[in-house]
Amino acid sequence: MDVAVFAAVFVVSLGASLAMLFARSAIHVALLLVATQVALAVAFLLQGAFFVAAVQVIVYAGAIMVLFLFVIMLLGVDRREALIEPLPGQRPLAIGLGVLLVLEILFASMRGLDLITSSRAGSEALAELNRDPGNVEALGRLLFSDFLLPFEVTSVLLVAAIVGVMALARRMGSAIIRGEESGPEEAAA
Amino acid sequence: MTRVDPGYFLALAGLMFSIGVVGTLVRRNAIVIFMFVELMLNAVNLVFITFARMHGELDGQVLVFFVLVVAAAEAVVGLAIILRIYRLRESANVDDVNLLKW
Repeated sequence: MDVAVFAAVFVVSLGASLAMLFARSAIHVALLLVATQVALAVAFLLQGAFFVAAVQVIVYAGAIMVLFLFVIMLLGVDRREALIEPLPGQRPLAIGLGVLLVLEILFASMRGLDLITSSRAGSEALAELNRDPGNVEALGRLLFSDFLLPFEVTSVLLVAAIVGVMALARRMGSAIIRGEESGPEEAAA
Repeated sequence: MTRVDPGYFLALAGLMFSIGVVGTLVRRNAIVIFMFVELMLNAVNLVFITFARMHGELDGQVLVFFVLVVAAAEAVVGLAIILRIYRLRESANVDDVNLLKW
């Protein structure tokens, strides 16, 4: 049963991400990425990460991908992929290096195989953790004790991102808006 | 908990990461490149989850949580930059942004 689910996850996620390479339209790429992320959420479920799987679907496949689709729609669906290559031979080189990277990663995974095969105890420890306090409770305790400082720093990051995006996305150079904005500032000064 | 060996999950993550790298290098549309970056982040998330299972601890899952937040912030800021470039150049093609190129 588990093996069948994993095989489905493997086929869907790899197939969708390979199709991302060849999809013409940016919309198709976005939808294939959503398929990949949902398949990965199933892989998270298989490995006992219940909360992260839910967050993956809600935040990643939901919020972030909606943002991507929104921007694609805002800019207009652009089907033109540039055929002229400014750097000659870049694409074959990229594919060759990609194959090399696959071999490298698989080789490194093989070297660590003794670590992998001895992981049965860790798997059981995690299952026990998921049973007794529960996945969400254990995660929450960890997040608000050991990881409290990173958690708070994250909020600073989010505020910085919000302010930065508002500054970036504002239409500067438009005389009407600039006129409206300079009014209250001058009054305050 | 699944009986599938963690090595298979790591192999899947490695393959997906490599596809993300190739896509980032091959594609020209800035938004599509961004989506391949997200694919790489997803592959790394899978590695974190797999290691959390192998070690029987939840630290890896907490790290995935942080990766999610950083990915969201990065996507928002990056898309805003792409929006600015599009207004300036009328194109989302990365080859058109060559002002600093020698």
